[in-house]
Amino acid sequence: MEQRSRLATVLVHAAALLLAAFILAPLLWLFVMSISSSADLSARPLHWWPQHVDFSRYVVLLSVGANSAGEAFLASLRNSVVVASLATVAGLLVAIPAGWAVSRRKQLGWSLYAVIATYMLPPVALAVPLYRALAGLGLLNTVYGLALVYLSIVAPFTTWLLKSGFDALPRDLESAAMIDGARLDQTLRLIVLPLAAPIVATTALFAFLLTWDEFFYALLFTSDQKAKTLTVAIADLAGGRIADYGLIATAGVLAALPPVLIGLVMQRALVAGLTQGGVKG
Amino acid sequence: MLPLLAVMIAVVGWPLVSTIQLSFTDARLVGTAGEFVGLANYQKALGGAPFRAALTNTAIFAFISVGLEIVLGVGAAILLDQEFRGRTALRAMMILPWALPTIVNATLWRLIYSPEYGALNALLTQIGVLPGYRSWLGEPGLAMGSLIVADAWKNFPLVALIALAALQAVPKDIKAAAVVDGTGAVSWFRFVLWPYLAGPLMVALVLRTIEAFKVFDIIWVMTRGGPANSTRSLSILVYQEAFSFQRAGSGASLALIVTLIVTVLAVIYISTIRRGAVA
Repeated sequence: MEQRSRLATVLVHAAALLLAAFILAPLLWLFVMSISSSADLSARPLHWWPQHVDFSRYVVLLSVGANSAGEAFLASLRNSVVVASLATVAGLLVAIPAGWAVSRRKQLGWSLYAVIATYMLPPVALAVPLYRALAGLGLLNTVYGLALVYLSIVAPFTTWLLKSGFDALPRDLESAAMIDGARLDQTLRLIVLPLAAPIVATTALFAFLLTWDEFFYALLFTSDQKAKTLTVAIADLAGGRIADYGLIATAGVLAALPPVLIGLVMQRALVAGLTQGGVKG
Repeated sequence: MLPLLAVMIAVVGWPLVSTIQLSFTDARLVGTAGEFVGLANYQKALGGAPFRAALTNTAIFAFISVGLEIVLGVGAAILLDQEFRGRTALRAMMILPWALPTIVNATLWRLIYSPEYGALNALLTQIGVLPGYRSWLGEPGLAMGSLIVADAWKNFPLVALIALAALQAVPKDIKAAAVVDGTGAVSWFRFVLWPYLAGPLMVALVLRTIEAFKVFDIIWVMTRGGPANSTRSLSILVYQEAFSFQRAGSGASLALIVTLIVTVLAVIYISTIRRGAVA
């Protein structure tokens, strides 16, 4: 690109600045709102930077017992962590053998398409029977019920990702183990999984992000602090009568922090995963 | 394979079959099984104005939003394929909107669009573009556009990252040769970049369209389908029918119509990746 003219160089830099501003401005504003006083946020003309930087809302949301907002927020945070972890672990338990089988047996190729199709099903198609079933089992408004429902998203998704991961692994060791008389589950546990550890880890992170993000089922199947997840709690805040934009923004920053940090740290792996399967909506 | 099969039958197969059964009945959400009513739910749904309006809304949302994402995404990818200082940082930034949870994104934009204290109103009036504050999500003519901007902002980075990976597969000497030959911008895009871009972009296009047709979260948080149902998507309609009004039977028939549309898109998707052998 040495031949690029001065004009082109200026244009590229200008476009880059514009793109950076377009991406960062809303995010920075979320943060500024979270540290501004209500007076700053309702001022006209609006104060783009608070007169006094105020982190007190973070304390409010993250302290136990002292106030109802903090209690509700921490409860939903805990529910989100529990549900996402349960669903991720359970999803991997069924997806690892399935992904491996699909990867190693050409005859099972069709089932991958079934898996992809399942993943693309709109949640509304399953919601009514799932609701009735959970109600019948007494699992409405429990983290276990929600985690169980999340399997319908996580299991096909992780199978799909793991399959493409397993495809890239060498098969010689597996055949050697089989010839030496290893059972299928031994081969999988002792040979495949150690090799596939990075793939499984990336997949687990994707699954965690996916469930952390989920809203529709959580809205339907949870109703109070016992099981309500962060996404529902934030939607409640945004749709409720609380006039404090700063508090809503603070909850947003806190909920966004884990996935954004994972995103930044795991950038390379995530981008590779994205471009391979083109996954996550 | 078996554990997955069992799980999928329990949480996907059985509910789907059950939804199909329900769609032929007048069942309520809780209580009795309901009477068999044949195709009545479908006739009511397909003939009704709410369904047609929701279908139109969903199609507008999907096509404009995904269109914007593709244009912005390809533009950003071409930019990020150039060499300039800060490129790595900018590329890392692209992850941010994508990683932001959908609900947080929706909440953030809801605050930005706020009619009394919103940052968009403040910005536009302060630079003199707008004479007074407007209700971005409260006016039927504006709400859909406002939603689309918020959705496209979150999702164009995904398209950009997919397109960028494709552009980086273009051999360096082909790019260099085009520069030496003084290729014009249009034919550079058409003949140098497009052959590499077309496949992955098609995948992104279909995937994003499927997601957009299922849209629920962002609309629910920002407008609940209002004002005057001007942003009510198909999924919002199903939610209201089945859960707000507790009409499980007719909600199920609507859900299956949505499913059918998404299935057609999914078939297109699968045949695309099959042809390109991307997966």
